[in-house]
Amino acid sequence: MPKEVTDVICPFCGTLCDDLVITVSDDNKTILGVKNACAIGAEKFNHQRLPGRVKLPRMRQADGTYKEVSYDEAIDWTANMLVKSRKTLMYGWASTSCQAMSIGHEIAEKVGGIVDNCATVCHGSSLIAIEDVGVPSCTLGEVKNRADRVVFWGCNPAHAHPRHMSRYSIFPRGFFTVKGHKGRKIYCVDCRYTDTAKVADEFIQVQQGYDYELLNAFRTAARGEALPDFVGGVPKEKIQEVVDDLKSARFGIIFFGMGLTHTMGRNHNIDIAINLTRDMNDYTKFAIMAMRGHWNVTGSGQVLGWQYGFPYAVDLSRRDQARHQTGETTSVDLLNRNEVEACFYIATDPGAHFPIDAMISSSKKPTICIDPHINCTTEISDIHFPVAMVGVEVGGCAYRMDNVPIETRKVVDPPEGVLTDEELLTRINKRVDELMAKGAQ
Amino acid sequence: MSEFVIRNGHVFDPTQGIKGDKKDIAVKDGKIVEKVGSSARVIDAKDKTVMAGAMEIHAHVAGPKVNAGRWYRPEDKHFDSHKTTGITRIEGGKSIPTVFKTGYEYARMGFTFAMEAAMPPLYARHVHEEIHDTPIIDEAALPVLGNNWFILEYLKNHEVENTAAYISWVLRQTKGYGIKCVNPGGTEAWAWGLNCLTIHDPVPYFEITPAEIIKGLIEANEYLGLPHSMHLHQNDLGNPGNYKTTIDSLKLAEGIKATNNFGREQVLHSTHLQFHSYGGTNWGDFESKAKEVMDYVNKQKNLTIDTGNVTLDETTTMTADGPFEHHLHGLNHLKWFNVDVELETAAGIVPFIYDPANAVFCSQWAVGLEIPLYAKDPMRCFITTDHPNAGPFTRYPRVYSWLMSKKVRDALLNGFKKADKVIGATTLAEIDREITLYELAAMTRAGPAKALGLAKDYGGLRTGMNADIAIYNINPDKFPSTGPEIEKAFAQVAYLFKDGKICVEDGKVVDMGHKKTFWVDAKVNENKQVMHDIREKFLRYYSVNENNYPVPESYAPHQHIISVDATKA
Repeated sequence: MPKEVTDVICPFCGTLCDDLVITVSDDNKTILGVKNACAIGAEKFNHQRLPGRVKLPRMRQADGTYKEVSYDEAIDWTANMLVKSRKTLMYGWASTSCQAMSIGHEIAEKVGGIVDNCATVCHGSSLIAIEDVGVPSCTLGEVKNRADRVVFWGCNPAHAHPRHMSRYSIFPRGFFTVKGHKGRKIYCVDCRYTDTAKVADEFIQVQQGYDYELLNAFRTAARGEALPDFVGGVPKEKIQEVVDDLKSARFGIIFFGMGLTHTMGRNHNIDIAINLTRDMNDYTKFAIMAMRGHWNVTGSGQVLGWQYGFPYAVDLSRRDQARHQTGETTSVDLLNRNEVEACFYIATDPGAHFPIDAMISSSKKPTICIDPHINCTTEISDIHFPVAMVGVEVGGCAYRMDNVPIETRKVVDPPEGVLTDEELLTRINKRVDELMAKGAQ
Repeated sequence: MSEFVIRNGHVFDPTQGIKGDKKDIAVKDGKIVEKVGSSARVIDAKDKTVMAGAMEIHAHVAGPKVNAGRWYRPEDKHFDSHKTTGITRIEGGKSIPTVFKTGYEYARMGFTFAMEAAMPPLYARHVHEEIHDTPIIDEAALPVLGNNWFILEYLKNHEVENTAAYISWVLRQTKGYGIKCVNPGGTEAWAWGLNCLTIHDPVPYFEITPAEIIKGLIEANEYLGLPHSMHLHQNDLGNPGNYKTTIDSLKLAEGIKATNNFGREQVLHSTHLQFHSYGGTNWGDFESKAKEVMDYVNKQKNLTIDTGNVTLDETTTMTADGPFEHHLHGLNHLKWFNVDVELETAAGIVPFIYDPANAVFCSQWAVGLEIPLYAKDPMRCFITTDHPNAGPFTRYPRVYSWLMSKKVRDALLNGFKKADKVIGATTLAEIDREITLYELAAMTRAGPAKALGLAKDYGGLRTGMNADIAIYNINPDKFPSTGPEIEKAFAQVAYLFKDGKICVEDGKVVDMGHKKTFWVDAKVNENKQVMHDIREKFLRYYSVNENNYPVPESYAPHQHIISVDATKA
């Protein structure tokens, strides 16, 4: 008899929905059905049963082909690589559990690695802005229960965080928001008419690259100062009208995404969006939140935070102190400058997301990749370790975009013989210890 | 080797009334025993001071806001980031140290236990992840409940039994230790940008007053018979003239008796009292009211307090008192961090520089010292810095030096740029008292242990107690006379025993010990009403499912569960 596993956490995006129902075969090996998930989340569970899973580590041969090897052999190769390299980039972490990260950090501290997560090419600019000006925020349940003004700025949850709108931000009825969607006014600020804009009550089209100016104009209008006729393509009357409406909110929230973090201005865009939010707190209650992408990129920032005091790009290569400096200890810059001697990728696919120059630099170095599936990065790696899918085949802690931690669930067994991230990292750590002890003798 | 004998030390133990007598302490298998065999390792404690491991009753050392403080203040690492040789990890941060540094530094100062003072229940997993990663010291955490919707709704109708049933449930879900109440009502009001500044300001929508919340939580605590009392951060923190609200709040405990099996006598612990003992009407006529507040505390035997000593450092303030942090940000304009937590609480963070050139900050420093110096019963007054709010916990040795030497504190007081103003606004200059080592042992060991309901096994050196022992390089007959000497002696223990194992030797961490997480499992009768309310709130208002709310066992691999049976209450 197939059985249903309830309250399953979706390991796809930072929304971290925790109400999925997964139907599992009697022998705990196959996922038969997924309920409540969005299309992307469902796919993440469904492709567990697709044929062709890699079950043994693969090592690249001289002719460029891959040969299956034992975990022991691949672990030994990896540990040797880590011990020999004076500076190893240990990038990824956003799709694994916090428990696994902790073991990875222990290895990094021993071998002098640089631990970085995908905030480095994502919300890193938001983190820089928060380091500069702080951030007034809230949990997603607060938005559901209280928010009557919601602004989506440079983000498109209809595609990137599909259930965000129904669970937290637009449609749900909460304690003080009994009318649900009807009781909320939704704004979408974007340079394109996105699918999120379609759901909004009001779409404000900002000229591409003028987000900073428009946010600045909002602050100016909030203070009652004069505006030019148009800012970023938006007429001043409109700006004034929106700001007056935001001021009359009981509880307002701004959600923002890559449209702010990766357009001209970057961290300065976030900086001024935060400052607008702070200003609005002089009139009413207002919060702002980054739409974090990978389901546990927030968790990587948290674990790095409590162990070293920085949210990403943590350089442990000096072995006696942790350093963090954007542009200096960030992955893309390190690769572009050819500053690392080896690459250790886990639970993220830089091959698909990093600039091409960075990946060309990476491809010339000893590289290992830990990922359940074959992806762009595994194909430029010397070793590919297949592992269990976290959140599907093994549990572990993850942090939602509002920093709420949720323990993900195991719903099926991993393929026979395939290690989990935690098991694999523990064994690499042990082998590193052995090699370092030998070296010390 | 699991047997030790600590020879010839000057022992200070208020649980047995030992005031510096030379005594041998025997340790076997993690406990203090009468005697050990001849093969026991001998620790020479001649000319040294021997006390139980110190216990931190109120600090923010683990959890979401502490960690936000860490990562949003990279500059805090510029003051300190290093690694010592040996088994320790990299240590970073000054006012909000990383988990590794937190564990090591407490141990180096002779501490074996720390209470995380504010755990938002929704974020309990985070708190426990950090506690798990903090080495050596035992820890526990207090869930914040003073603005929790369940509590507000039950107490509005004075339903103490339902309140207690909910608390029992939430302690089990969060692996929590007791009841923390921060700015009752005010933090819920903050969700709309408002606050409750007196104990009679009604909470928006919920139509309950802070006074009703405080009193109701005290009653629920005694109904359950929890090891610790209700732990209160009062309304109107940090404002001139707030001492009246402080005394009004303390009065709510009058006539209530402690009901528990742990030897605890207080029904209300009022935390960081320094921030609540101010007179005046503005920052210009700001003055100390420590005497007035302490006169009241000294009379009321069912109260305990901790100090919240300002250490005049650059630090990071963080509290579940969300509106206060917003207010503070308005004063110093440094970066403001805020999180409102659905149905439960909020938290704010603002960096803060207690500049010794500023008369108000120096007066706060003086108020923090006046409080313990006016305390008649050291078993009811504990030293804290409300880490990191009034200063980092690593400054305890300096705080001790001010309390134990009038010479040291007067030198600082008289050297302030605005010394006249500070002396005029406070009474510190008139106080001659110096805290003795015996009183210090009460204020940092026996007292907190008793107030936390842990006096059976912790806070003293009686036979049968847990072998958590700190040995300091202090000869009581030749007590160090300068500030730096006193500081050094308390900052680096000669030895720290934790559960009968040497974890620190000569100020150097040599063993990670056997760290435990303490939590309280309070049993109550089945309560269908409360279980129904919980189900409904999760279905309709929470953003996580009820089944994903509890903290899994694996987060606290070494649990010390204290069971309480309130089924016959």
